[in-house]
Amino acid sequence: MAATALSVKNIHKSFGSVEVLKGVSFEANSGDVISLIGSSGSGKSTLLRCINYLETPDEGEISVSGEVVRTVKGKDGKFVAADKRQLEHIRTRLGMVFQGFNLWSHKTILENIIEGPIHVLGMARKDAIGEAELLMEKVGITPKRDHYPNQLSGGQQQRAAIARALAMKPEVMLFDEPTSALDPELVNEVLLVIKKLAEEGRTMVMVTHEMSLARDISSEVIFLHKGLVEERGAPSKVMRDPQSSRLRQFLQMA
Amino acid sequence: METISNVIGFLPALIKATPLTLLLTAVAGVFGLVIGTLAALARLSGRRVLSVPAYVFTFAFRGTPLLVQIYLIYYGLGQVLPGTWVRHSFLWPYLRDGLWYAIFALSLNQASYNAEVIGGAIKAVPRGQIEAAKSIGMRSSMILRRITLPQAFRSCLPVLTGDLIILLKTTSLASTITILEVMGTARMLQRQSLLIFEPLIAAGIIYFTVVFILTRVMHVIEKRLTRYRTAWA
Repeated sequence: MAATALSVKNIHKSFGSVEVLKGVSFEANSGDVISLIGSSGSGKSTLLRCINYLETPDEGEISVSGEVVRTVKGKDGKFVAADKRQLEHIRTRLGMVFQGFNLWSHKTILENIIEGPIHVLGMARKDAIGEAELLMEKVGITPKRDHYPNQLSGGQQQRAAIARALAMKPEVMLFDEPTSALDPELVNEVLLVIKKLAEEGRTMVMVTHEMSLARDISSEVIFLHKGLVEERGAPSKVMRDPQSSRLRQFLQMA
Repeated sequence: METISNVIGFLPALIKATPLTLLLTAVAGVFGLVIGTLAALARLSGRRVLSVPAYVFTFAFRGTPLLVQIYLIYYGLGQVLPGTWVRHSFLWPYLRDGLWYAIFALSLNQASYNAEVIGGAIKAVPRGQIEAAKSIGMRSSMILRRITLPQAFRSCLPVLTGDLIILLKTTSLASTITILEVMGTARMLQRQSLLIFEPLIAAGIIYFTVVFILTRVMHVIEKRLTRYRTAWA
């Protein structure tokens, strides 16, 4: 049996009076690709952001390879990370790719990729550059190495952002709608990179609107509706033969 | 003709005074930048013990004329300090000199303007870039140092440069508390020569030249630091 790489237990999250997540759980074994699908407002992006505590869950538990993010109850009764250093360490083990790329605009592509390895992991600059070069090769942005993010197309920026996340050698990759901000003709180059990562056996959790991607590479598809898991299972089952009428409706629309 | 030769005759004395003007500008510029950044961070910190004093500070120093601040600090502290331990400390010989009061007043004044500009620039750094830094496990002090501030400074550099040039000219107010920088020297030359305009014209020429050079230098620095916004492959 493969080891549990990521465990998400009973996550609740409210924004003001709106309860966005009402207790969601799932687990990813090493090598799993989990796709979170659902209509906008279903809470899928919030769930992904709760995994690395960009949003702090009000309740529930996240653990990475068995290490639980420790929390304490804050003044307002909601949970907060108990130990900043522990949270920061766990974040180094979770690579995140954002919808809007979020490359650091004052740094070149190479500088973006080596920033974390050098300044967070304490790697020697020479080694970091060596690894960055391999990653740039892999995602196909080597010629853009000394360019600034705003000199790149969206697809190139997203591939650079993937390389930046990979440079931390994360145990789990989190993708938050990685192709939603891209022009249609640029979607494919990013999908190819993501597929390549899946084939390498990377553990990934992704929020996506690309149903074909979810079908092709997922080991499990989770359909969220109004903050709860409505249906889950292997893509061959869930996407060909949806049980819930809401999922059926969603798949017809997508 | 005589006027021109008089003006030229005053230039050497004023050129000699220029380093002091530059010193005032540089020291107040640096302190202004450091204190201004701290004040901006204090205002944005979300902690009232920090944000309220920072707000009061910027509000007070931006809301009153620098000349009033210089007089209050020079004559006010000049009254208070001799009655304290400072009178007998090693600091006293320095504190009798108007220069320190001028630097103090100019730095705080500059800081209050810089705080406003830098605060705005910090707020304008895209949230997503800060989230990206968090997501790779950076601690907040590092995010500030490596992501937020470098971008904030770059984006408000043109305004900071403008404020620095205004500061250079504002240092002339230090002449009101006995400091013989360019303006103070010009006033001394007026008294010695009994000429009204020529020393002032000569001082104007000096200020203009320094501002011109400073503008060119800052332009080069600005271009270098903001390449990422303009450069194309």
